[in-house]
Amino acid sequence: MRGNHVVGEAAIRAGCRYYFGYPITPQNEIPEYMSEKLPEAEGGVFIQAESEIASIHMVIGASMAGGRVMTSSSGPGISLKQEGISFLCALELPAVIVNMSRGGPGLGNIAPSQSDYFQATRGGGHGDYRTIVFGPNSCQELADLTYEGFNLADKYRTPVLILGDGMLGQMMEPVELPQEIPLKKLPAKDWALTGAKGRPSRFIRSLILDPIKEEEHNWKLMRKYEKIIREEVKWETYFADDAKMMVIAFGIAARIAKGAIKRLREEGVKVGLLRPITLWPFPFKAIKDFSKKVKHFFVFEMNMGQMVEDVKLGIEGNAEVHFYGRPGGVILTPLEIARVISSQYYQKRLG
Amino acid sequence: MKKIFSRPKSLKTTPFHYCPGCGHSIIHRLIGEVIDEMNLQEKIIGVPPAGCAVLAYNYFDIDMGEASHGRAAAVATGLKRAVPDRVVFTYQGDGDMAAIGTAESIHAAARGENITTIFVNNGVYGMTGGQMAPTTILGQNTTTSPRGRKEKVEGFPINLSEMLAIAPGSSYIERTAVNTPANILKTKKAIAKAFRLQIQGYGFTLVEVLSACPTNWKMDPLKASKWIDEVMASHFPLGVLKDTPGDKKDAH
Ligand code: SF4
Repeated sequence: MRGNHVVGEAAIRAGCRYYFGYPITPQNEIPEYMSEKLPEAEGGVFIQAESEIASIHMVIGASMAGGRVMTSSSGPGISLKQEGISFLCALELPAVIVNMSRGGPGLGNIAPSQSDYFQATRGGGHGDYRTIVFGPNSCQELADLTYEGFNLADKYRTPVLILGDGMLGQMMEPVELPQEIPLKKLPAKDWALTGAKGRPSRFIRSLILDPIKEEEHNWKLMRKYEKIIREEVKWETYFADDAKMMVIAFGIAARIAKGAIKRLREEGVKVGLLRPITLWPFPFKAIKDFSKKVKHFFVFEMNMGQMVEDVKLGIEGNAEVHFYGRPGGVILTPLEIARVISSQYYQKRLG
Repeated sequence: MKKIFSRPKSLKTTPFHYCPGCGHSIIHRLIGEVIDEMNLQEKIIGVPPAGCAVLAYNYFDIDMGEASHGRAAAVATGLKRAVPDRVVFTYQGDGDMAAIGTAESIHAAARGENITTIFVNNGVYGMTGGQMAPTTILGQNTTTSPRGRKEKVEGFPINLSEMLAIAPGSSYIERTAVNTPANILKTKKAIAKAFRLQIQGYGFTLVEVLSACPTNWKMDPLKASKWIDEVMASHFPLGVLKDTPGDKKDAH
């Protein structure tokens, strides 16, 4: 299945019945898939909105009513959605937002890029908030993380971002899809707006004029984010046990890095990989633990080095950090990465 | 003794924070009365705006969900599509609806979203201190058109309701005012009719209400009421702009 279709199918199987979006390449297959499939699902609604801003606010409305809801876009469109993402966080509303990112800044191009890392992991909109961010690296992970994204969004009442890229969205791979969850099995939402029938009326708002109360609200969000940091960090390693040099890469860049590492291992170069699967919360502790024995880290990204800051925060000065990246939508090749790693590896006299 | 006048039960006991003579208080009450009379308290969801009415959820004893500035029609779209058997309305000012939210408003009407918008037009941005609004009329002084609005400088005001009436998706649009007892009664009827047409599934309905903002107009409430008739209503004529169902009776 094609990556973008996988996202749509996994969402529907997770109980997503509402999708609001706006066309932008390279994610158009998601709205196309949803427009085909959602009307066949009970209560399913697909709307192609007049703008990204409208679509994220339709997401807010359907989420207020208690539905599982998704929108998707790419870089420039995600910028427009930031207003709504800030509101989703403030209003504590669940939603899944997919960014099949492209080369930027500005219109950039439609080639795969990872240049929205800062935007995704730092918030992107106004105010003190965090969003859970997944960085899948295969169609299988697109399925699993989209599905899980809906569960986490509901569990924490917070938006979940899926940061893919144009390559992931377009590529075709066999996928084992998650089981469809019956809507009746989804957890009840005792905060949703459904009309005050047989209960006191409810309101959902973000305006808190009293600074003391707004501060309380912020601390409440902070406690939620701390719980997410404690419980939801995800990462994987590859050839890490005896590595003298660790590569840190996420998403499609990590997949390309794996190819390079396999090649280098065949030549006896002791290099391993740590791949953050959640970009926020970031696996700081895992990186810190590795930095106690590994003294050379290599960050690969398809951008100008946005994740380097996080890696350095994790390492806390315990090891050296090198960076190699190709911004602008250029796809790294395993051979290119292998060459860069091996030249560093021998320069540092690790082998 | 028989009680003949009381607070609608769909309004909370919280006192309004609106200025004396402000139209919002009257419009809130009218909506409350209609909700009671149509027995909607348990099946209506309101979407308040950014602006003076931002705290509407403190006054209405119904489910309400805040929208950011201008986005009420989109939020209401999401709500209504998710719970189509509920009545969903937005409550928006002129800056919210006719400036920053123009796209959301036009497209909700064009899609024929089965929601109702109460569009409170007082010709200024009230909450932020009386700046020029898209509906500020030519010649009107505001804090950002201190020499009076001129078409060559600030451009013309926008008659959004007339624009929305062109959309095939809108079914009923009426402009009323809350400056006299007769107009207040007409406004109430219009709101009831809009809700009824929504329940009947006719698509987008809108009641634009010319409403006084004595504070920012720098007039006393009486003068403000007169100004609505004498000046404002000549730019924004009162009356039914569209009535596709063509059914003249209301819910009363
Ligand atoms: S500023 Fe104007 S619109 Fe706002 S509450 Fe006062 S009178 Fe009403």
